[in-house]
Amino acid sequence: MPSSFLETGLEAGKRWQELNAGERPWIRIGTALCGEAAGAFEIADAVEAALENQGVAATVSRVGCLGLCFAEPLLDVQLPGGHRIFYANVDTESVSEIISAHVVGGVPVTAKALGYIAQEGSTAPVPDGIPDLNQHPMKAWENRIVLRNAGNIDPFDIYQYIANGGYQALHKSLTELNREETLNEVKASGLRGRGGAAFPTATKWSFLAGNPAPEKFVLCNCEEGDPGAFNDKNILESDPNTLVEGVIIAGYATGASKGYIFIRHGHDGPINRCRAAVDQARELGFLGENIMGTDFSYEIEIALTGDSYVAGEESALMEAIEGKRAMPRFRPPFPAQVGLFGKPTNINNVKTLSYVPEIVSKGGEWFASIGHETSTGTVILCLSGNLKYTGMIEVPLGMNLKDVIYEAAGGMKEDKTLKFLQTGGPLGGVLGADNIDVLLDFEVLRAAGAIVGSGGLIAADDSTCIVDLTRSLIAFCQYESCGKCFPCRMGMSHLLEVLERLCRLEGTTDDLALMQKIGVNMQAGSLCGHGQLGFNPVSSALRYFGPEFDKHIVDHTCPTGTCLEPSYSPAQSRR
Amino acid sequence: MSGLVQRIHDAVHGQTQPTVTVLSSLLAVEDELGYIPKEALEFVAEFSNATVNDVWAVASFYPNFRFDPPAEHVVDVCWGASCHLVGAMNIFKSVLEAAGLDDEGDTPDKRLTVRFNSCLGACSQAPVIAMDHHLAGRVNPESAAKHVTHLLEQDGHAK
Repeated sequence: MPSSFLETGLEAGKRWQELNAGERPWIRIGTALCGEAAGAFEIADAVEAALENQGVAATVSRVGCLGLCFAEPLLDVQLPGGHRIFYANVDTESVSEIISAHVVGGVPVTAKALGYIAQEGSTAPVPDGIPDLNQHPMKAWENRIVLRNAGNIDPFDIYQYIANGGYQALHKSLTELNREETLNEVKASGLRGRGGAAFPTATKWSFLAGNPAPEKFVLCNCEEGDPGAFNDKNILESDPNTLVEGVIIAGYATGASKGYIFIRHGHDGPINRCRAAVDQARELGFLGENIMGTDFSYEIEIALTGDSYVAGEESALMEAIEGKRAMPRFRPPFPAQVGLFGKPTNINNVKTLSYVPEIVSKGGEWFASIGHETSTGTVILCLSGNLKYTGMIEVPLGMNLKDVIYEAAGGMKEDKTLKFLQTGGPLGGVLGADNIDVLLDFEVLRAAGAIVGSGGLIAADDSTCIVDLTRSLIAFCQYESCGKCFPCRMGMSHLLEVLERLCRLEGTTDDLALMQKIGVNMQAGSLCGHGQLGFNPVSSALRYFGPEFDKHIVDHTCPTGTCLEPSYSPAQSRR
Repeated sequence: MSGLVQRIHDAVHGQTQPTVTVLSSLLAVEDELGYIPKEALEFVAEFSNATVNDVWAVASFYPNFRFDPPAEHVVDVCWGASCHLVGAMNIFKSVLEAAGLDDEGDTPDKRLTVRFNSCLGACSQAPVIAMDHHLAGRVNPESAAKHVTHLLEQDGHAK
């Protein structure tokens, strides 16, 4: 083990230099959950087999996600001292061609290349006939803070993180700033929680910092059960060290004794990478007793939960870590007074904490200069549905949502027409196609009836029936209701019954008023956001697509004809 | 001690994380056996100084737990909104047909479990299914059925 942070940094730099400009080609393959679903692990195996066949020594790294999920499996080839060249939608046949022509022969397969990314310090000429990947619509709008390393570094190798500036923020906090100054940087940044509520992070931290109890906890929430959002898991898979460093700094700033990272059991990719990051941080002395030679001592534990969407609610999350049913608690007392195991606790989302290292490194003012008014910094969006380019992008807050859809995501697949966007997870809201000329800003979006929420954006084309999608969202909410508050437990079931009736074209004019009544009661009588916001899918759909609901009820027809197709959900079989 | 109880004992006592709870112990048993037998409810109750009722309250809350031995293979079909939009219902129908089932559950010969998953976490590759927890994205009804047939040609025991 190197004896000082400086020595660790030098060692990391040496290894990074060797990877980039040593004697071996460096081949990277994106293997987050999105890559896995596209077959990236098979491609990585094929690459290794082809290299062995041809007797070439190269470094093969299974990295995280570059964000261009639509192009996966994405193969990234960098010859020693050269630029990175990316091949999209690679299959096993093209692997052998790319290995023999490019890796062995030194000539890129231009026809199959999606783009190149120029490497700083490389004297090699930029490849002829291959576009600059940074000009690709999905990358051109980006400003990567949290995702700065995603797809570039091996998530299992902490040295690659350190070589790219990792752990300098912690070092700065511990050696140059005191706890209060660290918190002040976060305050100056204007950072707001990225889990959905957009509460100012520094204010939340100050509640815990102000509590003099000797044992205090910082919890990181990576439950992320939202359909359409995968950015938390993706951060853990692409750059887990940035989160771990954020959790350590949060512990220092708030005076906490221990951090917990909370992940759903079964998500092995995020779990294994996060465990490796924690273990390696401990080996290098970034966790444990007297971190970096200071009097700050801190530990991080990874806690797993069973399948439960409500476990992502902050008080239910504490119940789950304590090993109980994931049901929300009454508040007050608030977590900063009585939290996990009765101790003062602060809970933040993965994305929120992942911003912290860069904020401390570059200063709060730098972060506050990005974004729009009180929505500072960037937002990490998960693009899915009927879009041309699906994937994950990190863009400045204040970007127009219209540009996200029509520019960055390339518009709709097969040149179809956008009908609506489903935003911010199942408890978020839909936005009609005519209403997406809005800025990505917490307040602006809320006024439009949508939320930034977890960052999920699902785009639906005009072949989608709004009643059918609303039914699907409510089926999810019904299935995931924890059952503690009866207005949510029964309200969701009742809403689902009504929506199923509408989909069978058997609804009546009373049904809309009935849903409204249920929604009001759910909002008033539920302990947590699941019930309080659970009517959003219906109310926002009615707001933009009232006439389409009327068609189902009054004319007994479904304009897209999709309602009557067979529909399944666990609500039917586990009810 | 019977073989089953021994395995439960080893799984529960083999937990290495500092925070050991009823839920973490049940997850450890699920990882080892693929289900939570009655013996595990009793064992975890005694181990945690709780009642069987307390343990059952936790086990019955989380739908990832099952209480009879698992089938040999499991196919998860995602029905999240992203997958729903691009045809998850037709995928589910096709997977059920390939499995010979009417709804989610086990085949009578216990070779296959088909179940809904509310989000497999690869929304950008929708529609997504998982064969023995290995993801496959951008499937269509035909390729999904092929995945199921291929899975059934293999021996194995899904956890």
